[in-house]
Amino acid sequence: MVTAAKKSAVSNTVGTAAPKTARSAARRADKSSGGSPSTLEFSKAEELEAYRQMLEIRRFEEKAGQLYGMGLIGGFCHLYIGQEAVVVGMQAALKQGDQVITGYRDHGHMLATGMDPKGVMAELTGRRGGYSKGKGGSMHMFSTDKGFYGGHGIVGAQVSLGTGLAFADAYRQNGNVCLTYFGDGAANQGQVYESFNMAELWKLPVVYIIENNKYAMGTAVSRASAQTDFSKRGTSFNIPGEQVDGMDVRAVKAAGQRAVEFARSGKGPYILEMLTYRYRGHSMSDPAKYRSKEEVQKMRTEHDPIEQVRARLLEKSWASEEELKAIDAEIRDVMNAAADFASHDPEPDASELYTDIHR
Amino acid sequence: MPTEVLMPALSPTMEKGNLAKWLKKEGDTVKSGDVIAEIETDKATMEVEAIDEGTLGKILVPEGTQDVAVNTPIAVILADGEDASAASAPAPKAAEAAPAEAAPLQPSPVASAAPAAPAIVTSAVANPPQPEALPEPDVPAGTEFVNQTMREALRDAMAEEMRRDGDVFVMGEEVAEYQGAYKITQGLLQEFGARRVIDTPITEHGFAGVGVGAAFAGLKPIVEFMTFNFAMQAIDQIINSAAKTLYMSGGQVHCSIVFRGPNGAAARVAAQHSQDYTAWYSHVPGLKVVAPYTAADAKGLLKSAIRDPNPIIFLENEILYGHASPVPKLDDYTVPIGKAKIARPGKDVTLVAWSIGMNYALKAAEELSKLGIEAEVIDLRTIRPMDVDTILASVKKTGRCVTVEEGWHQSGVGAEIVAQLMEKAFDYLDAPVLRVTGKDVPMPYAANLEKLALPSVQDVIDAARAVTYR
Repeated sequence: MVTAAKKSAVSNTVGTAAPKTARSAARRADKSSGGSPSTLEFSKAEELEAYRQMLEIRRFEEKAGQLYGMGLIGGFCHLYIGQEAVVVGMQAALKQGDQVITGYRDHGHMLATGMDPKGVMAELTGRRGGYSKGKGGSMHMFSTDKGFYGGHGIVGAQVSLGTGLAFADAYRQNGNVCLTYFGDGAANQGQVYESFNMAELWKLPVVYIIENNKYAMGTAVSRASAQTDFSKRGTSFNIPGEQVDGMDVRAVKAAGQRAVEFARSGKGPYILEMLTYRYRGHSMSDPAKYRSKEEVQKMRTEHDPIEQVRARLLEKSWASEEELKAIDAEIRDVMNAAADFASHDPEPDASELYTDIHR
Repeated sequence: MPTEVLMPALSPTMEKGNLAKWLKKEGDTVKSGDVIAEIETDKATMEVEAIDEGTLGKILVPEGTQDVAVNTPIAVILADGEDASAASAPAPKAAEAAPAEAAPLQPSPVASAAPAAPAIVTSAVANPPQPEALPEPDVPAGTEFVNQTMREALRDAMAEEMRRDGDVFVMGEEVAEYQGAYKITQGLLQEFGARRVIDTPITEHGFAGVGVGAAFAGLKPIVEFMTFNFAMQAIDQIINSAAKTLYMSGGQVHCSIVFRGPNGAAARVAAQHSQDYTAWYSHVPGLKVVAPYTAADAKGLLKSAIRDPNPIIFLENEILYGHASPVPKLDDYTVPIGKAKIARPGKDVTLVAWSIGMNYALKAAEELSKLGIEAEVIDLRTIRPMDVDTILASVKKTGRCVTVEEGWHQSGVGAEIVAQLMEKAFDYLDAPVLRVTGKDVPMPYAANLEKLALPSVQDVIDAARAVTYR
């Protein structure tokens, strides 16, 4: 039974997503003006930028995992390794003023919005220089400057909250869009559908990004979801959706631009199901016994989002091995500095216990 | 035999209504289902249908009559062959026609009269006592007062704040087109339009989250729950998102939002629709919890709540909606959150109450006065942050204290007051502090059981006598 479930989960992989994506996109193209190919070719500058940003997230997360192992980070720590293309591609579709909100696996989202790795890492270690002064931790960080509204620990809560951020955009008619990220697990929460209903009813400028990494904690999608094609989850509300190869940053950006344009133009919400994969466990304490090492290895070797970009850069001679190594070294330096800061920054002053309860 | 048509009760808390219009005249034939009259309540205008067939023999209450008590005969329908003279019963005067199901606040036993009409309910507070006029310190001398219902005062508070600040909007079930399930938002749609007065689907969890998200973005939502019973669906967003995010964001993201609606028992709506959530919300840091008793406080506190940059739980009471009390006629009347007031001064025992609990406390104080016990009644008004200083000052004077609430006793607001007094006024106490609370049961439906489950004036009197040893 378990084996069968796993099999079916595995079969719903990125490899099989392509035809669905094309079909969904075509369906979409009828409704929206124009329609774009699902994978835009990137320029050299775009490839290099995507490479750098995705690598930043990966190196940050590797460093965070290391600090967790050293006991410097406490509590829950959910790493984003493997899913980097989703936030990097989506962020490229945004403009200044747009908002981003997500759940607890949020480090990648924060870095993608341009938040400082030092401030994020110091929050992970619970220090005063963290984005929440050390009072939020891994799952609860915010940067209104960067349009990042958390960082929420209750599965699915961010979907209503993100819909509310979009409500404010519509209320103010400011032309902004809210990207609301959630996982395949949260997609089964009741408030998600309450939010879908209101978002479509009121034509709110929100893009729902369902990051389907195939496991809600340890439960495979096929064991928890009656409808495993999450792009269809808005169908009964008339919300268009498409499945996207979430391991290909170009496909993500192209879909992101379509969805954001749709929402920004006043047509209402849009759903993007990102077919993606996390290499690490649900959290640091998860040995991931619910899936095989082979499955993880296959994703790493055949679909890694960073390796895909790297291969293209080398193939097109847009970068040499040495240049890419230099970028990596530079990023490692930044993350080492962030880790160093986060390890030595003092803990919050005891007086902070009673601040920020009321404004 | 002639059939009397009685003034119908059109809601669980309706006590009286106006006979707006007769649609049939004497001598007209009526069939079952015919609309014969229109009745105005404080919430709506409703049509009255005939149930019996025959001829409208006599109209007993002419159209335009105000305040016709529920169950008053308003007309007589005659069967074939009967004439109007058969309708011998003279029309009772409207005001006297209320069924003998008297206000349960009286210490008398449950009235057994009108057993034939058990569905007709009078409110638990037919004649709510008003505190002696001790106006807010910031009400200038000579200010004119106008009598307003709490319903009108709440609406005016919202309208004034919406005029003042374009970021304020109201959302909830039936707040717009329907004009509010309890008519608190009456007229707001007409003045402010559908952009700012928003009907939501019946999805409390979702729309509470949408409101909180909008507040994160800097708007100032007023989220109406049709009743706080339904806010249990939304309590995760209220506590985990609204109350905690300022802290969890290190002060970056605040949430200026008011969650408001009727709280506690209404009348005869049973356990799922009759619950007092005061203690629940008062437990949570990050929230402020407000529960007014008078129309003036309702207005002044709601205006303060809307301006407050924090999440506010604003607990109203359905039974108090229709009751009128003086409201200062000022352009911008606000009452500070976190300040209790002495509603009735006294020296012998301190009674602490809020919201509808004030009814029991004030009535008990009147009765106690006749026994020579002068009770000081504190209207707490804000439950969190609690104005402990005002309670302490009073108890240091009286040496005795009784708390009054409709909620359950365990971990109730009264329990917190008792603990505060033990910690901070132990040496001043001349008797143990007693709590008058709702009984430790789900709210029953049957009229007699419901009355037994709620606190009574007699309970308060008994407790006050016990602590004064008189």
